[in-house]
Parts: sequence; C-alpha cells; structure tokens
Amino acid sequence: MADKNGFFDLSKKELSRRTALKGIAAGTGLALAPGFVRYSQAQSSAPIKIGFQLHRTGIGAAYGRWYEKTSAAAVKAINDAGGIGGRKVELVIEDDGTDPARGAEVVAKFAKQHKTDIVFGTLFSHVVIGSAPAAGENKIPYFVVSEGHHVASTKLNRYVFQPGITDVKSQIQSMAPWIAANAGKKVTQIFPDFAFGYDHRDYLPPALKAQGADVIAQIAIPPTESSFTKYFPQIPAETEVIYHVMVGPAVLTFVKELGEFYGSQRPQLFGFIDSLEAVDINSPGLEFLDGSHFWEGSPRYAQPDDSAAQKAYRAAVGIDDNGAAVGDPKDVSTAAHMFGCWETLYVVKKAMEDAGYKGPEDRAKLVEATEALKEFAEGPEHPQGPKSFNGKIHQCFGIQNISKVEGGKLKVVHKTKIEDGLYEPEGDYTTQAL
Amino acid sequence: MRDASPAKTYALHVGVIALLFVLNFVLPDYHQGLFARIMALAVFAMGYNLLFGYVGLLSLGHAMFFSAGLYGAGLTVYHLGWGVPEAFVAGVACGALLALAIGLLALRTSGVAFMIVTMMFAQVFYLLILYFAAWTGGDQGLVIQQASRVISIGGASLDLTNSTVRYMNALALFSVVLLITLAIVRSRFGRVLVAIRENEERTKMLGYDTVANKLAAVVASGAICAASGAAYALLFGYVGSSFASVQYSILPLLWVLLGGAATTLGPLVGTLFMYYVTDIASGFTSAYLLIVGVALILLVLFFPKGILGTIRERWLGWLP
Repeated sequence: MADKNGFFDLSKKELSRRTALKGIAAGTGLALAPGFVRYSQAQSSAPIKIGFQLHRTGIGAAYGRWYEKTSAAAVKAINDAGGIGGRKVELVIEDDGTDPARGAEVVAKFAKQHKTDIVFGTLFSHVVIGSAPAAGENKIPYFVVSEGHHVASTKLNRYVFQPGITDVKSQIQSMAPWIAANAGKKVTQIFPDFAFGYDHRDYLPPALKAQGADVIAQIAIPPTESSFTKYFPQIPAETEVIYHVMVGPAVLTFVKELGEFYGSQRPQLFGFIDSLEAVDINSPGLEFLDGSHFWEGSPRYAQPDDSAAQKAYRAAVGIDDNGAAVGDPKDVSTAAHMFGCWETLYVVKKAMEDAGYKGPEDRAKLVEATEALKEFAEGPEHPQGPKSFNGKIHQCFGIQNISKVEGGKLKVVHKTKIEDGLYEPEGDYTTQAL
Repeated sequence: MRDASPAKTYALHVGVIALLFVLNFVLPDYHQGLFARIMALAVFAMGYNLLFGYVGLLSLGHAMFFSAGLYGAGLTVYHLGWGVPEAFVAGVACGALLALAIGLLALRTSGVAFMIVTMMFAQVFYLLILYFAAWTGGDQGLVIQQASRVISIGGASLDLTNSTVRYMNALALFSVVLLITLAIVRSRFGRVLVAIRENEERTKMLGYDTVANKLAAVVASGAICAASGAAYALLFGYVGSSFASVQYSILPLLWVLLGGAATTLGPLVGTLFMYYVTDIASGFTSAYLLIVGVALILLVLFFPKGILGTIRERWLGWLP
C-alpha cells in the first residue's frame, strides 16, 4: 500500500495541532475500549481459578455432592468479602469418577488446559494417591480434603497439602483416651478388609496401649461381604467395647445383625461416623445404635453450645439443625468431613495473600507460604475449631468430637484437644526441591 | 484378509508412527499428555486384540496381565530400588509368566467357559493385590517417586516425568508393539491363529497343534499387555489395585471392538475415540457415561465391525 499522504514519512518534522489532537483522541479511545481495560487489568483482577477435582460420579458421589455445596458456599462467602487479594475466586469443576487414573488426568487438565492456579477438593484416598504424581510433575499445589494419612506419611510430594481436615491416624489416636476412660479397657475391632480399615487396625492398638487398654481381637471383614452374623462368634466374650468402622451400603445390615446377635445385652459400641455419613441415623435397623458413641469431625446435629461461626457456617452451606439439607430432611449431609472444604479454601486464601500470589508463576511461593502457616484460630474461617499446622508434613491437627446417639440424634459429649492427636512427623516435605 | 502389497501396509504403519511423532510438537500441552497415556493404553488394547481379534478367544481377565506388568515394574522400583529398564523387563516377564500359567489352565476351556475362567483368575489376582496390602499398598496403591523414574544411560539421564520424554517413550513402546503385531499377523503363525479362529477343527485336521499355537498367543498377548502396564507405572508414577479390577478387563475389549477387532490399528483408534468422547463429554455434563453409551450404541449400529473393521470391509480391503 502506497503511503500517499506521507503518514509513515519519518522525515516530516512538523507535528500539526490537528495531528496531535487526533493522536490523543485515538490513544484515549483505545485506553477506554473495553478490551483494553480488561487486558490492562488481567494481572490484577482476573479471577483466581481453583480446579475442583470432584467425585461427582462413582462411589464417592454422595460425599462429592456435599463437598460441592460446601465449596460453593465458601467461595461465595470469600467473594462477598472481597475475594483473595482483591480478586474474585472461581471454581472450575471436573469430575474424576472417583477413579485414580481419571484423577491424574483431571489434575493434568487443570494444570495444562484450564490453567487453574491450584487443584483442590479430593476426598477418596486412592484418588489422592493416584493424582499426586500428576500434581508434582505439573508443579501445581494440590489441596486435598481426604482425612487419609497419606499426605502426612510424606510418601506423596511437596505439592500436596491437607490443611483443612485432620488425618485418620490423628483422629484414632485422639479417641483412645476417651475410650479407655469411659467405654472400657478390652476392645474388639471390626473393620473392612481394605485400606480404610487398616488405618484403624494399625493405629488403634498402640494408642489404646498407651492408655492402659488393649485390643483383644481384630476382625477384618472382606469388602464383598453382605452378611455378618458368621463373624460375630469371633468376638471374645470378655469384650467391653466393640470398635466398628464398617462403611458402605452393607453398614445397615451390619448394625441390624449385630443387634440380633446381642439383643439387649451388648458391650459398649464405638464407631466412626464415616459409616453413616449421608445416612439418616433414624433409618430402620439402626435403632441398635441408640446409646452408642461415634467420632465426628464436625457435629452433624446443631449443638446447644454451637459458636456463632458454626451457626453462620451451617446457614451458609444450607444444612438444618439435623444436618440435612434445608427444605429436604431426607438429604442428610456429610457434615463430619465437608467442613474441610470450607476451611481449606480459607487456608488457600491466607496462603495466597501471604505469598502475594499473582499467578501460576508464583506457585512455588504459594507452597512455601502454606508451609509457613502455623495456627488457624477458631472463627468464621475455621468453624470446626482451632487447628495447628505442621508445614513439614503438610498436615493440620485439630479437635475431634465424640457424640452419643440419644433420642435419634447425635449429641456431642466430649471434645478432644489438639495435643491428643499430635504424633512424631514421619518425614519432611520441605527438603524436597520445588 | 485380502492380499496386500507389503509396501503399502508398512507405509501406512510407518506413516501413523511418523504422524504421532509430529503430533508431539504440535499438540497443546494437555493433549500431548493425554496422547502419551492413550498410546500406552493402546498397547494394552493391541495385546488384547492379538488374542481376541486374531484367535477369537474372548478373555474377561486381561486386567491381570496389565496389572502384572504394572506391579511387576512398580514394586521392583518401590521395594527393591531397581532402575527403570530392569523394572520394565521385570514387568513384562511377570506378565508373560502369568499368561503362561493361566494359558495352560484356561485353554482347557473355550467360548463362554474361557470368559468365565479368565474373569475368575483376574478376580483372584485382584484380591491377592488387596490381601498383600502391606507390599502392594492395597486399594490405595503406591506412588513411584519422581526420582525413581529416571533412566540413566552412561552419563545421560532421561527423566520420564518430562512431558516430551514421556511422550517419546510411550511412542517408542507403541511403535515397537505395533510393528511386532503387524509382523505376527503377517507371519505363518498369525495365519494359523486366524485359521483357528475361523475353524479350529479344520486347522487341527491340517496338522497344526492348535493348543500350542493358542498358548503362544496367550503368552504374547499377556506379555504385550504387561508391557503396557509396566510402562504405565513407570511413565505415570502410580500403581493401584483399580487397574486390576474387572473394569480394566472390559475396557480393552471395548477399545478393540470400537476400533475394529483383528485390525492392527483398530486398538489405537478405539482407545483414542473412547478417551476423547469421555474427555469432551465430561466437560458438558456429569452424565457423560450416558453419552459414551449412546456413542457406543451408534457405533455398533452403523459400524458393527468397529471403525477400521467397517472401513476395511467397505473400502480398504487391504488393511491388515
């Protein structure tokens, strides 16, 4: 194209007033154009994208639904209060089918396709373990809400954190003093014959021993079992406490058959609410549990001494006093675990703000800032209770609740201390390269 | 299979390998990673296809061969600290030995009984993995640390967690197995296998030892599937029992049926298709398995012999 008017003629020295005005007008117009505004603010106010690895389908779906509700409520609360470092937060959801192979693909998809800032939200242990290598290779911080001991075992990698929920080793250890002092000294364990059960099999006996109590029998039940009566004669007659952690759909049959086996004369029962998460405690067949005790991470039922923060959290997530969805009493929540999503997102907020996080180039800084965290005070950001955080093993420690089934509700009868759940670190992630 | 000029056939296969090589430099990051996974799993499908497509033996237990490779490689790295090449060989050897043992027993049956027997053996294998949780990590599985996934040759080292190195390793395995299967199906041995599929009695009458040939096919199939499993453990760093579950026995059958049974490239096409339908559909709805199901039904209706099988039947009779 010929430059007939000498527009590009750099030899023209004079700049006419008209030309100057045109230039200023064009420059101003460009600066005010919506596209330009968006571009110039991209670094400072584009939303922080959190990849939510969700168990929307597969065996984790009941938990997944409530993890999604809780996370959405937390993100709304964070955004209403100004976001993270002044930037809005956006959840990008991918379903992992509760499958470890798909989980790893989803983490890679977040890192490379969605280009999220972090990945968050995984519950099932095998999915966490299967996805952890992908998080490490893509150098994307991976905040899980799994309660498994795998993070704290330091067998994963430096990019994996569990700052919003305690791990099962700590939970079991915290239960031992109360069981030994209040339920009995001779304990028989009944657990499913897979990893979740093995944690209880391995960590409870030493914890009880330290309290002067003993596990006198351990009964592992194959995961495919649908009837349990044949196992009950293995329970020693001198058993004072049955410690049960059966999970899955068979739990109703398990409780019913245990009731038929013992009738009205039964030992004390102590269980983990994992068995009955998202299950109505008043379901037919569960009457036998009346008077028994359960571990709960966060109480399902509203308690008389609930803090204002706990009340606000329950209202924000949309659960009623019975721990079911507001307006649908049959839709029972996974209250004992899902608070971890809420608290983890607030830990992410704190760590990002501490790190002065701007974008994916600051992921290493975010890892270090998270490792530097020490304490989370009880309050709106941590409604379950206060926590301490060990940056070397990427795991938080907190209080646990022991609740009694009374009149078809779970009533908290004891709260443990943070110290009850502390143990010697098994390694140190901070020695790994970033 | 009609007579084909070997040049055309080899050109097609080398062309596919060349295309996959070029894709490494063209594909966006995420898809590069996905393709590496697809190639590693296509090897699994190729191993399955050798037995199902060419011999006509429908196994519902191939997850055990895949996971024999997965654990054979993974556990030697995790517990014994073996290097990547030795671990890979250990994985393949585990698969081949297991296939030999299972073949000797399962080949006493045929048809539906063969399906059931292989499925039962796979279930036993799966439960053994759970039973020996202290070594296998049970249902949670084990992570192979990044530091263990480095191949050291002389002074140089290849980090399998690097996306390009991983892609190239997956491609190398895929290419070798593709050319081996092509050579097998074009060989005398391959023709005997097809003859067994078409009419075992007649093949016997012609003087062939059909049991020995079938056993050789089971071992070759098991070894190839184990190679896929071993590669998967070493390339992606996770070893878990879900890979031994019945789902992973059904998946290669599905991939092969989709791509075209008894076609050398069908397993790749089927795996690629299933992966992308799942990946794209899951972006739109949580009912993505429904979409996958509808896609499968449509394929069965309009491509009853799988994508490449139908193409071969209608247009390209020379496809191997």
